[in-house]
Amino acid sequence: MSAGVQALAGINVVEFGGYAAGPHIGKMLANFGAMVVHVESMGRPDGFRLQYPPYKDNKPGINAGGCFAFFNDSKFGVTLDLKKPEGIVLARRLTDWCDIVIENMRPGVMERLGLGYESLRTTNPDLIMLSTCNMGQTGPRADTPGFGSQLSALAGMCGLTGERDGPPMLLYGPYIDFIASTLGAVAVLAALEKRRRTGAGTLLDISQYECGLLFLAGPLLDYHVNGKIAERCGNDDPVAAPHGVWSCRDGGWLALSCWTDAEFARLCAVLGKPELSADPRVATAAGRKSHRALLDAAITDWSRPRDAEKAAEILQGAGVHAHVVETMADLFADPQLEARRQWRRRPHPVIGNQAYLMPAFDLSETPGEITCAAPTLGGDNEKVFRELLGLTEREYADYRAQKVFD
Amino acid sequence: MLDCSERLAWLAGRLLADLGAAVTKLEAPRADVSSVEWRALNVNKRLRRLDFAEPAGRRALDELAASADILIATPHPGAGDAEIFDHRRLARINPRLIVVAVTPFGLTGPKAGWLVSDIEIMAAGGAMSLAGEPDGAPMRVSATQSYAWAGAQAAVGALTALAARARTGRGQLVDVSAQAAVITAIAHAPAFVDILGIVPTRAGAYMTGRSVTGARFRVFWPCRDGHVNFILYGGGAGRRTNEQLVAWMRERNVDLGPLAAIDWARFDPTGSTQDQIDAMEAPIAKFFSSISKREFLEQAHRREMLGYPVSNVADIATDPQLEARGFWQDIAGPGGRSERHCGAFVIVDGVRPPLVPTADEPDRALPKVAT
Repeated sequence: MSAGVQALAGINVVEFGGYAAGPHIGKMLANFGAMVVHVESMGRPDGFRLQYPPYKDNKPGINAGGCFAFFNDSKFGVTLDLKKPEGIVLARRLTDWCDIVIENMRPGVMERLGLGYESLRTTNPDLIMLSTCNMGQTGPRADTPGFGSQLSALAGMCGLTGERDGPPMLLYGPYIDFIASTLGAVAVLAALEKRRRTGAGTLLDISQYECGLLFLAGPLLDYHVNGKIAERCGNDDPVAAPHGVWSCRDGGWLALSCWTDAEFARLCAVLGKPELSADPRVATAAGRKSHRALLDAAITDWSRPRDAEKAAEILQGAGVHAHVVETMADLFADPQLEARRQWRRRPHPVIGNQAYLMPAFDLSETPGEITCAAPTLGGDNEKVFRELLGLTEREYADYRAQKVFD
Repeated sequence: MLDCSERLAWLAGRLLADLGAAVTKLEAPRADVSSVEWRALNVNKRLRRLDFAEPAGRRALDELAASADILIATPHPGAGDAEIFDHRRLARINPRLIVVAVTPFGLTGPKAGWLVSDIEIMAAGGAMSLAGEPDGAPMRVSATQSYAWAGAQAAVGALTALAARARTGRGQLVDVSAQAAVITAIAHAPAFVDILGIVPTRAGAYMTGRSVTGARFRVFWPCRDGHVNFILYGGGAGRRTNEQLVAWMRERNVDLGPLAAIDWARFDPTGSTQDQIDAMEAPIAKFFSSISKREFLEQAHRREMLGYPVSNVADIATDPQLEARGFWQDIAGPGGRSERHCGAFVIVDGVRPPLVPTADEPDRALPKVAT
């Protein structure tokens, strides 16, 4: 699945686990050429396959899940019954073959299966292994199970979203999982560089909670140093004014902000109220913050008769920070994302032609790619165990007869 | 590694420094380095002052770039610094150099030159359309997030290019889009449009889409000192959580109302009506209003329940889990005063890599330009 010219060609990765936090790491590596094998079992498939819509034609099916597919493109999919000793034998064949193991089971599960790092490195001494879970592998709450959507509340993000006098807000999905997966990719790539220099493998212990806190490093330092408790404040900003979103004719929303008095003057000119910038009540950012209603009315008068996208273009032309609040549908029509080929459609045997998301970076000499759609459950068993691991036809048939691939 | 970035990409260098990279942060002579944001995200780096507006500063940059592995910059397409940080120009000085350009939309494309800040990037990446009340305005997180998303993706890109260089011996350009980085944050929401033609929107403080009747489920509940995040889930995970909640409420002699009669092994939220959900949630709301965030955290852990308190920075700062794992690192800040920072984001072989304070780089002879 990896083109020879890609950055991570020749790097083999095996994933144990499911949902987002582990598999999204493998996806990013796969998009730049790593050969990634996603391990599930027929009895316990990845939870994203059946518990999370959308499904093709809105009909749940083990291979019809767009959520699972979204995070598992460009990989091979295999099934192993890890409750059978033979399943562990084949899992060990995989971990001996690979450079990197990624797992997001609850702490201790891999050890109980005989797949802990100390055990795996006896036969693969320079193995890199990343374990990721809610709280990390140690500490008084290490065994806490949990979903990223709720962990985002513990890590402060939900409490920092919403109006000042309103409740906290959801951030749609398991927001923090994707922080941890992105930082997890940083960790395994750094470990690869270390292995190249020293020959040594590495065990990486990722706490999704701690990773999320790096995204609030400033407010946390502000608390530790100054005792300041950051609070949700709608769409306000401590510096810029105006700063927020305004509704438009087409039902869309326009985000805009002014960071200097000069930029505010440019905004006023666009609004057709150049005299407003000279009004002493709003001449400074502090004044603009305390006369919010005046500005809201002026911007709304201008935005309401206009479509959001057009309004943003006009403001950009005048040198004012602005952008439409893109809906999920808008993301597929954005000319900038199209220019970057951010979405790439690949045919899936059940879902059809699905759009997959490229990582947010690309490389000039060894570009990334969506090499193929996500695997069906166990769809690559023969390819992986016969071709990559070298099982004979007889061995493969014996394992199959013993239901090791169930 | 040279970090020439503005706020948009500070986190990238911090992440790499946390894992051992020798990062020099280049700042203009009079640039303010006193803000908490600057200190939090530039800890672990060496500080060096260079004025890129002056020919001497640009020469000094080129001399540093000649022996660097990675250069991270936040150029403004179409502006003067785009030329300074141009990959082709820098590659002539050092063909092994990896140039990471972090911009709001990427270096090319119709919006490459657009003027945006965090709120517009969160809007452009779709995140705002999914946060806020369903009938209210889209919301951003009140603490800047899009810059962290961009910085994190930049760090992945830098190391991916480093892996390529190990094989090819050549550096390359890493072109990072903050808009695209924010799309990472919204999970698989775009797939609903792609596969079903359904456009997901914001759900406020409730969860919808789990019942065929359209019932909404409360997610955030007022408690004694703030809010907790708890959801009446079905399935195996929900069963354990709901049974434990009821057991906890019984221990406190709380009136269970309709909860007392529910067989959680058979509870299926997909068929619940709003009246049924409201009736179930009423005693839970009353119970939660009597407990504290810390009590909820401890009991939910002890009882293996799903759910967490809605923490603020003070709650996080005193969380025993973080203390036990040595997450916080105390190092000298301005004036030698001790500051408590977020530590490195990963424990490596059982050890969290220690932070070092940001330090002014001693004036030293610059390396010769490679020829």
